[in-house]
Amino acid sequence: MAERVAQPAEQAGLPEPAVALEWLGSMMLIRRFEERAGEMYAKAKVGGFLHLAIGEEATIVGSTRALRDQDYLISTYRSHGHTLARGSDPDRVMAELFGRVDGLCRGRGGSMHMFDRENRFMGGYGIVGGNLPLAAGFALASDYLERDEVTLCQFGDGASNQGTFGETMNLAALWKLPVVFMITNNQFGMGTALERHSAITDLLRKGEGFGVPGMRCDGMDAVDTYNVTSEALRIAREERRPTLVEAVTYRFRGHSMADPEEYRTKEQVDEWRKRDPLTVFGDQLMEAGILSEDEREAMDRDTIERVDRAVAFADASPHPSPNDLYDDIYVLGDQVRGWYSVDERTPTPHRGEDETAMDRADLPHAAEHAATTPPGDASQREED
Amino acid sequence: MAVMRYREALNSALREEMERDPNVMLMGEDIGVFNGAFKVTAGLLDEFGEKRVRDTPISENTIVGMGVGAAMTGLRPVVELMTINFSLLAMDQIVNHAASIRYMFGGQVRVPLVVRMPQGAGHQLGPTHSHSWEALYLHVPGLLVAVPTTAADAKGLLKSAIRDDNPVVFIEHEYLYGQRGEVPDDEDHTVRFGEAAIRREGSDVTIVGISRMALTSARAAKTLSEEHDVEAEVIDPRTLRPLDLDTILASVRKTNRCVIVEEGWPHGGVGANLAALIQEQAFDDLDAPIQRVTGADVPMPYSKPLEQIAFPHEPQVVDAVLATFRDR
Repeated sequence: MAERVAQPAEQAGLPEPAVALEWLGSMMLIRRFEERAGEMYAKAKVGGFLHLAIGEEATIVGSTRALRDQDYLISTYRSHGHTLARGSDPDRVMAELFGRVDGLCRGRGGSMHMFDRENRFMGGYGIVGGNLPLAAGFALASDYLERDEVTLCQFGDGASNQGTFGETMNLAALWKLPVVFMITNNQFGMGTALERHSAITDLLRKGEGFGVPGMRCDGMDAVDTYNVTSEALRIAREERRPTLVEAVTYRFRGHSMADPEEYRTKEQVDEWRKRDPLTVFGDQLMEAGILSEDEREAMDRDTIERVDRAVAFADASPHPSPNDLYDDIYVLGDQVRGWYSVDERTPTPHRGEDETAMDRADLPHAAEHAATTPPGDASQREED
Repeated sequence: MAVMRYREALNSALREEMERDPNVMLMGEDIGVFNGAFKVTAGLLDEFGEKRVRDTPISENTIVGMGVGAAMTGLRPVVELMTINFSLLAMDQIVNHAASIRYMFGGQVRVPLVVRMPQGAGHQLGPTHSHSWEALYLHVPGLLVAVPTTAADAKGLLKSAIRDDNPVVFIEHEYLYGQRGEVPDDEDHTVRFGEAAIRREGSDVTIVGISRMALTSARAAKTLSEEHDVEAEVIDPRTLRPLDLDTILASVRKTNRCVIVEEGWPHGGVGANLAALIQEQAFDDLDAPIQRVTGADVPMPYSKPLEQIAFPHEPQVVDAVLATFRDR
C-alpha cells in the first residue's frame, strides 16, 4: 500500500454548504448507480465487462468539480462515475450499459466506452494508456485555437507503465500543453499490486524525468482532491504547463465483475473501507451542521429512486435496429456516400450478411441475447 | 499543367491546404528544421512557423494519438510517420482509436486526421524499413486508405484527404518521391477517393497495379503489346478504401482475365482480397484463374540481389499475364 499523506486541517475546510451538498449528491449518485449496475450485470441486463468505481467517488467528484464547464475530461474503461459527475443523464448512462439505442453512445460503446460530447466528457477508453495521447491532443487544439479550456486526463496506476505515459509526459512538457494528468492510484493494475508492477511507487514522481512535476492528493477525500486538482488546473491554465497528480484511493470492488479477488486480503479491503469516502464526507457534513440525519437519509432515498428510474428507462429503451449496424463508421459526404461505398463488395447486403434478415426473436437464447456473456466470465456472474 | 516531382506535388498540396484552412497543421519526426526525411515538407516550417509545422520526438504512437485528439477537438492534423514500418508503433492509435472512435461513441465526434507515410523496397534498408503494408490498413473499417502513384494523384488525393472528415491513412512510396509528372495548376485540383484510373486501355487482360506496381504493370503492358501481341488494360485503384470496384469489374467483364500486382506480402494481401471480390461478382466472366504477383513471403533482405527478387518486377508481371492465356 502506498504511503498516504495526511492533509493539514486548514486545507480540509469544507466548501460552502450548497456546494458541499452537491458534491455529496454526486458521490451518492455514483455509488448507488454503480451498485445497481452491478446488480444488473448479475441479472445479465449488462453484458461484457463491468468495472465499478465504488470507493473512488471522492477522487472523481473532487477532481471534476475543479473543472470549468468548457474544460475537457477524459478517462478510462472505469468511467460511469466520470460521465455522471460531468452531468450526463443517468438514464442514458444506464441505457448504454444495457446496450440500448438511448444510451450515450447508442449502445455501441458499452461500459468501457462512455462519451458525452455535450458535457465535455471526452470518453472512456478500453486500451490502458490509450487516452493519454488523446488528452495531449485536446490540449494541443486548445492551445492552437487559443482557447482558455484545459484538459484533465485520468488513468490508473497500471497505465503509468505504458509507453504512452512517458511519451505523452515528454511531449506535454516539451510543448507546454494545458493538461493535467491524474493517476487514480487504486493500488492495483487489475490484480497486480502497485509494488509488484511499478519500480517507483511514489507515482507522483514518475513524470519528473520528463519535465512534469508531481503532486499528491488524498483520493479518499473530496476536498483535498478538489484543492490539489484546482492548483494543477490553475498551473495548466495560467502557466501553460502540465502537472501530474497522484490521487491515492482504493476500489472496494473487484477490477471488474469477473474478479475473484485472490490478490488481496479481506483485511486490507476492510481497512480501506473504514475510509469510505461517501461515509466520511457525509459524516463531515453532519458534523459541520450542513446536513441532518433525516436529510441524509432522504438524499439517499432520492438517489436510489433516481437510479431506479434510470434502470426502468434503460429497460424500456429498444435495442438498436439491425439497420443501425453500419451507421457512423464514416462521416458520409462526397467521398464516402454510404458504408457500402467503402465496403465495396455489393451495394446491398450479400449472402450470409443480411443482418436485417436476422430476427432477434428467432435467435436461440433470445432472452440472454441482450447481455452476451463473454467466455470465461459466466462463473463470476454470481460474485458480489 | 506543371511538371513536378511526386514529393513536390505533396508539398504543394500541404502548402495550399494550410493556406486555405488555418486549422490544418503538421506534426512529425524531422519534418521542420530537417525539412522531412524525404523532403516532402521542405520549406513549410519557414513559411508557416513552429505553431503549424511541428517537429516531434520519436514517439509514433503518441504523435498519432495527439493528432487523433486534436482532430476530435477542432484541428485538421496531418501527421507524418517516417516510414510505414514505424506505423506499427502507432497501430493502437490508428486502429483502436482513430478508426473506432466515431463508431464506438455513437457518431458524436469526427476524426479528420491524415497519417502520411511512405513504403516500399529497393533501397537496401533491410527488414525494418522496406515493407509495403497497405493490406494492414485496408483491413480496418473506419479508415480511408490512399495509395497514390502519380504526382497529380499524390497532390489531388492528399488535398481530398485533408478536407475529408474521416481518418485517412495516406501511403506514399519512397521510389515514387523522385518521379516527375504533370500536375494541374488549379488550386482546387482534387482527386476524389473511390475513383480508379485506367492507365492504359486494352481488351485482352486486366492488370490491377497497387502503388508503385501500377507503373511496373504499365511497363509490363508495353512489353506484352510489343512482344506477345497482348493488349492489357492497366488499372490503378488510387484508393483502397473506398475501392472503385466497378471500374475493375467492368474491365474484367471486357477482358475476361485479371492479374493483380502488389509489392506487399501474398497472404491476406490486397490481391487476395480483390481476387475474392472479383470471383464473387464476375465469376462467369473469367476465362482463367485470377493471377497474383506479390512481394516474396519473407522479411525484406538487405542483399541487393535478394532484395531485387523479393518484390515484383516487369518480367514477373508479364509471366503472370501469359499464364492466364495458357489454355489458349
